[in-house]
Amino acid sequence: MQLDSLYQEIILDHYRTPHHAGLADPYDVEVHHVNPSCGDEVTLRVELDGDTVKGVTHHSVGCSISQAATSVMSDLVIGKPVTEGMATYEKFLELMQGRGNVEPDEEVLEDGVAFAGVAQFPARVKCALLGWSAWRDATAQALAANEGVKNA
Amino acid sequence: MTDARTFSSPLDLQSVRADFPILSRELASGFPLVYLDSANSSQKPRQVVQAIEDHYLIHNANVARAMHQLGAEATAAYEGGRDKVAAFIGATNRDEIVFTKNASEALNLAAHTLGAGLQPGDVVVISEMEHHSNIVPWQLACERTGATLKWFGVTEDGRLDLSNLDELLTEQTKVVALTWVSNALGTINPIADIAVKAKAVGATVVVDASQAVPQFPVDVSTLGVDILVFTGHKAVGPTGIGVLWGRYELLAELPPFLGGGEMIEVVRMTGSTYAPPPARFEAGTPPIAQAVGLGAALDYLSGIGMDKIAAHEHAIVEYALEGLKTVKGLKLLGPADAADHGGAISFELAGVHPHDVSTVLDTRGIAVRAGHHCARPVHERFGMQSSTRASFYLYTTPGEIDALVDGLEFVRSFFKVD
Repeated sequence: MQLDSLYQEIILDHYRTPHHAGLADPYDVEVHHVNPSCGDEVTLRVELDGDTVKGVTHHSVGCSISQAATSVMSDLVIGKPVTEGMATYEKFLELMQGRGNVEPDEEVLEDGVAFAGVAQFPARVKCALLGWSAWRDATAQALAANEGVKNA
Repeated sequence: MTDARTFSSPLDLQSVRADFPILSRELASGFPLVYLDSANSSQKPRQVVQAIEDHYLIHNANVARAMHQLGAEATAAYEGGRDKVAAFIGATNRDEIVFTKNASEALNLAAHTLGAGLQPGDVVVISEMEHHSNIVPWQLACERTGATLKWFGVTEDGRLDLSNLDELLTEQTKVVALTWVSNALGTINPIADIAVKAKAVGATVVVDASQAVPQFPVDVSTLGVDILVFTGHKAVGPTGIGVLWGRYELLAELPPFLGGGEMIEVVRMTGSTYAPPPARFEAGTPPIAQAVGLGAALDYLSGIGMDKIAAHEHAIVEYALEGLKTVKGLKLLGPADAADHGGAISFELAGVHPHDVSTVLDTRGIAVRAGHHCARPVHERFGMQSSTRASFYLYTTPGEIDALVDGLEFVRSFFKVD
């Protein structure tokens, strides 16, 4: 098992100085997600502007992988249409579940390619997905709320 | 490193380890396995696995209800497991031993059946250092009945805070449910002393002995408690079997827990009557091969000697505490000295999250546990979200402790912690 392939410098950089950390106002929806088996927690806020992700901020307690993944995820989705963010998630998920056999697309995943090594540590895949699951949940709730406003 | 510090154990570690084939495994990159996760689940000696294999290959059938020769053999094997458990923990009556699927189910059985007698105004007392399995069942029992849940706190040095004992133990206190040895802190609690005080106010005393029974001699005939539970797989036995011991008079007056086959006397469509203990609490086909395996496990531990195992654990814990204290930035969670310290040590390493500690150790073949170890409240008590835990057993060597200490130094250098 190659430690350096898991803990790439990009990951350690995001871990030490996470982007978009610290919960900010205004926001549409706040969610709190946990990995019950290990105790990692993330609180995440999403603000949408129509169908575009205007802002994501988070506060997380957890390991380097989960914190760095949440940081990278925020970079990847902010300013993008929700559908594009969701498509990026699918690419990231494919990479995580690929057991090291998936060639990451740097165009789409940017710093996220650094997580390719995580796929070889099955116990850590859920760490890399925690922030994503929080973002998807918060975004789905925000979209549903907007839909409700439109229909009202 | 080893020669710099002294270590003395009454066990012949080489011969003990020869009984556990898994301990000579090599892991990725050629590192030998250093298994420091026995508080999570212990490894199994060949003798236990063979007893289970013999049972399945030669004696297998259902128990009690099967009226043929194999049925009789399986029943004798299963009930033989009960006899061995009774003897191992000093129970004078074999009918006081109830088999469950694990310690969690045993604690749920206790909370459910004792809970049936609770009402608003009653108090159940637990502690802040309990495993979730000795917290949640009591929370549920209190929610069902309107009883109030209270708890002992934990002192700064990881001991049970008994300063408000008189406030917690009053005539309203109906149940006191405590862990004997904390799975997260390693603390050994003065269960017998607390039991005397709890009994004085008329409370029923339940003890979670999951980390105690594997580690030191236990004698329920002199302990002074009412119910004691433990699990097989932490005591070199198989998974899938737990034990609830209860004073017979108490068990005899408790209602059933799960309904089904074998726990009944007469079933009519209008209502049923129930079997006496232990059958009343063993609905359905029980863990038969597991009882055989547990019996073999307890035979194995007795053969080595629980007093020797306890002395070995103490020596290893003392050696480990000394070693861990040399690691810069390491903060112990729980008692820092080996007195009344069970075979688990949890700690925090400044600047590195426990999951990262455990992943890096794992690449060197060292298996530890990282997380809240199903004891989130006690981590919260110390302002921690999680910790790394190393836990030991009768096969743990000082060389493995040295590997852990060296591994932690490597973790610090890998993450560039100063």
